[in-house]
Amino acid sequence: MTTMTYREAVRAALRKALREDSRVFLMGEDVGQYGGAFAVSHGLLAEFGPQRILDTPLSESAFLGAGIGAALGGLRPIVEIMTINFSLLAMDQILNNAATLRHMSGGQFHVPLVVRMASGGGRQLAAQHSHSLEGWYAHIPGIKALAPATVADAYGMLLAALQEDDPVFIFEHATLYPLEGEADLSAAPADITRAAIRRPGRDVSLITYGGSLGITLQAADALARQGLEAEVIDLRTIRPLDTQTIVQSVAKTHRAVIVDEGWRTGSLAAEISARIMENAFDELDAPVARVCSAEVPMPYARHLEEATLPKAAEIVSAAEGMLAHHG
Amino acid sequence: MTDTTREAKPAGQIEKDHALFLLREMLRIRRFEEKAAEMYSLQKIRGFLHLYIGEEATGVGAMQVLSRDDAVVATYREHGHALARGIPPAALMAEMFGKVTGCSHGHGGSMHFFDAYRRFYGGYAIVGGGLPIAVGLALAEKALGKKGIVACFFGDGAVAEGEFHESLNLAALWKLPVLFFCENNLYAMGTALSRHQSQTDISKKTAAYDLASSAVDGMDVLAVEAAAGRAAAFVRGGGGPYLLELRTYRFRAHSMSDPDLYRTREEIAEWKKRDPIALFQARLREWDLLADADLARLEAKIAAEMEDAVNFAEASPLEPPENLLRDVCGAVMP
Repeated sequence: MTTMTYREAVRAALRKALREDSRVFLMGEDVGQYGGAFAVSHGLLAEFGPQRILDTPLSESAFLGAGIGAALGGLRPIVEIMTINFSLLAMDQILNNAATLRHMSGGQFHVPLVVRMASGGGRQLAAQHSHSLEGWYAHIPGIKALAPATVADAYGMLLAALQEDDPVFIFEHATLYPLEGEADLSAAPADITRAAIRRPGRDVSLITYGGSLGITLQAADALARQGLEAEVIDLRTIRPLDTQTIVQSVAKTHRAVIVDEGWRTGSLAAEISARIMENAFDELDAPVARVCSAEVPMPYARHLEEATLPKAAEIVSAAEGMLAHHG
Repeated sequence: MTDTTREAKPAGQIEKDHALFLLREMLRIRRFEEKAAEMYSLQKIRGFLHLYIGEEATGVGAMQVLSRDDAVVATYREHGHALARGIPPAALMAEMFGKVTGCSHGHGGSMHFFDAYRRFYGGYAIVGGGLPIAVGLALAEKALGKKGIVACFFGDGAVAEGEFHESLNLAALWKLPVLFFCENNLYAMGTALSRHQSQTDISKKTAAYDLASSAVDGMDVLAVEAAAGRAAAFVRGGGGPYLLELRTYRFRAHSMSDPDLYRTREEIAEWKKRDPIALFQARLREWDLLADADLARLEAKIAAEMEDAVNFAEASPLEPPENLLRDVCGAVMP
């Protein structure tokens, strides 16, 4: 095990992939000379050269589409999009081409493309750099969507993504990059089919992913101080969802709070809530609760941004509410 | 560099076999499209149907300069490209009938023909959406040290899309082997070129990207073939991408559901005087390369081929619905 930051873990996985597979290359805005907007790819241009680390123009649609074409042509592209809000400029290529080509071609073609992007709020970057749109991606058949929340997953899930034959989108919550943790750089690629139980418990299931894992674990600590044992589920892969792990947990705790930085309406949290109702209705002792972002474009002012994002106290209070009535 | 001169080949410079082949390819497209329209009216084909009639010389002329190793990216008006690339009409007709024997297993229909074996990377129905794909395919060709080039077909409507400009810039910046074929039929669906472009000479637009280009009469199959040959040689020689504007006209409406209210009967009639097939036949007769008997034999053979295509499509099975999710991802997703 090696202690490193989340940023360094992503870089280590990129480096390993670039070293071991000559078909792999990294392409995106400022990934080369600048070293990456979040410094993830710092040093890779010097190590691998401009044929493997490609700085692109600010043409999200063209370079995302070029990633699809390169994948069709036999390469293993990794495309970095600076933030999830910018990915909207490439949504035509993502939805109409990357996600459809295998099916639309009757299985003749497939698109082994990995797309990484930063997501989420918490850095006072206001309404065009801070949104959490992972749930939109989780809606799309034909792709996989990953949200690594730990340093080990930042490393292992990227390696796993490169083994897939279909497009994989990786959402790196921007507040996680400086996070320190441990990763085993000799480990096999992570299993991306299962959610992880980050903390076992019997009283309530707290279900989350990506950048919200931290506040959810804080909430579980706070509940523990009151003698309430929360089970924390880190979904890790948000498409396809590991429904089984969610349902097994709810069958044990009989209560669920979903923590999702996306907007509440039509959210991933709504989908998870529906799956719990469909698969574990009789197990529930209380209605499923959701802690989501306020339905507002992300404001700049710190106090307003804080008011918008999910908070540990809200998770605690949601859990307390259902335990008080049904404990 | 803009080259609009007519390629007037004197008799003797074109082999009879090749002349008849070009004629055959154009006629196959014309008869296929007529058959498709008939099947549409019988409701055997549903959805959208965009016919290539009038534009046969562009696809046929352009396709002659490509080899097996090259890749093709096309649009939703791609029946002509698919046929000229060698995909059997039976597989195309079956696709439009929604049958499992179709070239995309009935998943794509008229707008989404695919054929991995012939490196036909598909019909793209979001205007401009195929251009970035072509750029990426060319990037792969170059990175893998392959010799292929990528032929990317699109219409005049696509030049209004951001993806056109982004893709031309990227291809030129990285000197990628893409041969952009702009089939300018003067209408973006129902909007005339002069009503959607401030600069109507499309071949001039590439100057902003330092990308080589020219324009050619798209109703003259020999002119298209010659210009495409020069463009392909430029790209194969490592000169980077090239855009060839093929000036053509569609004789039918945009799709079967288009009442064609935006152009005059006179304009259409004027263009039909330059029907690429009639023009070519007249030249071949002038050069003594086409006898009435040749033409009759050709037409009979093509009619039989198209009849066979319809019979094949009619007799083909449907994909079982239990396979519905099979090709969404490599493995069926929960």
